[in-house]
Amino acid sequence: MPLRHLLVGSGPASIAAAEAIRSRDLTAEITCIGAEPEGYYSRPGLAYYLAKEVPEGSLFPFTDHDTDALGITFVPGTVVSLDRAARTVTLESGRTLPYDRLLLATGSIANPVHVPGGDLDGVVKLDDLRDARDLARRAGRGKAAVVVGGGITALEIVEGLCSRHVDVHYLMRKRRYWGNVLSETESLLVEDGLRQRGVEIHYDTRLAEILGDRGKVTGVRTESGDTIHCDMVAVAIGVHPRVELANDAGLECARGVLVDEFLATSDPDIYAAGDIAEVFDPGTQRRSLEVLWSSAVAKGRIAGLNMASGPIHAYDGGAPLNVTRLAGFKLTIMGTVGGGEDSDLEGIVRGDSEAWRQAGEATMVESQAGDAHVRLALGTDTIVGGVVMGDQALSFPLQDLIGARADVGAVIERLKEPGAPIARIVDDFWTEWSARA
Amino acid sequence: MGAFDWFRSDRAKSEALASAWVVPEPTRCVQCGICSFYCPVGIDVRRHVWRGEPVKDSRCLTCGECVKRCPRGLLRFEKAGTMRRLSTRRGR
Repeated sequence: MPLRHLLVGSGPASIAAAEAIRSRDLTAEITCIGAEPEGYYSRPGLAYYLAKEVPEGSLFPFTDHDTDALGITFVPGTVVSLDRAARTVTLESGRTLPYDRLLLATGSIANPVHVPGGDLDGVVKLDDLRDARDLARRAGRGKAAVVVGGGITALEIVEGLCSRHVDVHYLMRKRRYWGNVLSETESLLVEDGLRQRGVEIHYDTRLAEILGDRGKVTGVRTESGDTIHCDMVAVAIGVHPRVELANDAGLECARGVLVDEFLATSDPDIYAAGDIAEVFDPGTQRRSLEVLWSSAVAKGRIAGLNMASGPIHAYDGGAPLNVTRLAGFKLTIMGTVGGGEDSDLEGIVRGDSEAWRQAGEATMVESQAGDAHVRLALGTDTIVGGVVMGDQALSFPLQDLIGARADVGAVIERLKEPGAPIARIVDDFWTEWSARA
Repeated sequence: MGAFDWFRSDRAKSEALASAWVVPEPTRCVQCGICSFYCPVGIDVRRHVWRGEPVKDSRCLTCGECVKRCPRGLLRFEKAGTMRRLSTRRGR
């Protein structure tokens, strides 16, 4: 009898798991349950949809033909309970589905804002496709928006609304943007870029109340008593993993679902991948969360291989990486580059890794090289993290060196010298290193 | 453009096509679809990226539209027949 693989969630982790299972088992039954009626789409692509760079239809990487060819059955619906003894899940509709191996990949959900007026019509977010459609529908010339929060999502909203000719006010609780990941110089570059787009940045400003009339947003009041008139308030203060299903089923959970190196939960027949998987990193000796597309794909693939073949493939978190665009700058963040808290955020945001904020005692060096701003976090004899803003040519060698934990002891003192040509040193080193590897 | 210039331009394109192809760095891709949307000949570039393969489609003009448009800069031209060693970390 073929093994029955049930995947809860229809994001990249589930799709990667399905492909991995199929690569090992041609006869397995693979069923994917998705709460979003739209199925699998590029969630990071929502930013480009909002900025009018790509139409909605292009956000869907898989056609029906692709899923048929892969042999996946899609079941729309929300799983409301998991019975581990009976090995079944039950949907909101009352339908019950059995499994031999289960993958939990339920993703994360935006944190709500807790101020008076937080439930008014016009309080918006960018968490899924329906949110993006809603933002696009509300945006337009002559409209004004207040954006609160931080990280990548807040700026995706800011830039998307600017592209749609909305007057944007961006509220920051302190003096700089994403202060626990970016350096002061990087934050300044981003903030200057926002101002050039016409964004009004309000520093040291906290949201006290969202004002409304007949149920609709009309403005905000700040803690200092100022009023800003607006038609919508966009909130991007962080996300949290959807662990309720796992928690209720008695699986070990902390902030996410706890998994071992094979991505198995405390129940060996149940795996977890994507945003909800809280993975132990032997390098930092810490458990951490990541809300990254590439991590979700990698975890999904490993979980799928192990679901098909038994727990033999270990997940190596390596150096978490994301590439994004902030205020017009392409930006790659790799490894550990920052630390501390960001008061604009509650925990983690989309496109974010907690590991980025574990730079600890690393020595930071940064320099401008042509059209790129480069920053390195240096360990004893390795580059433990890096940020490349602007021209991305150096980000590829850095990705290799950081990912491989390459010994750069031969050049580390030169990298620390004031005014050192960081980009050239790294590129020269990588050229030799990659020829040897 | 005169006939000779046209010939030269066409030849240059043929040489580029023969000597270079578009290669992806899949770990950076979020499948937003911009590359496929802007491809003037309708190649599903995103699918090549997902598979970690160069764009070997014979219709590829090597026009660079996908390279230029990718918001994450993960597409590049490389000499045909070669592909930069991709990272093997993170389960890939």
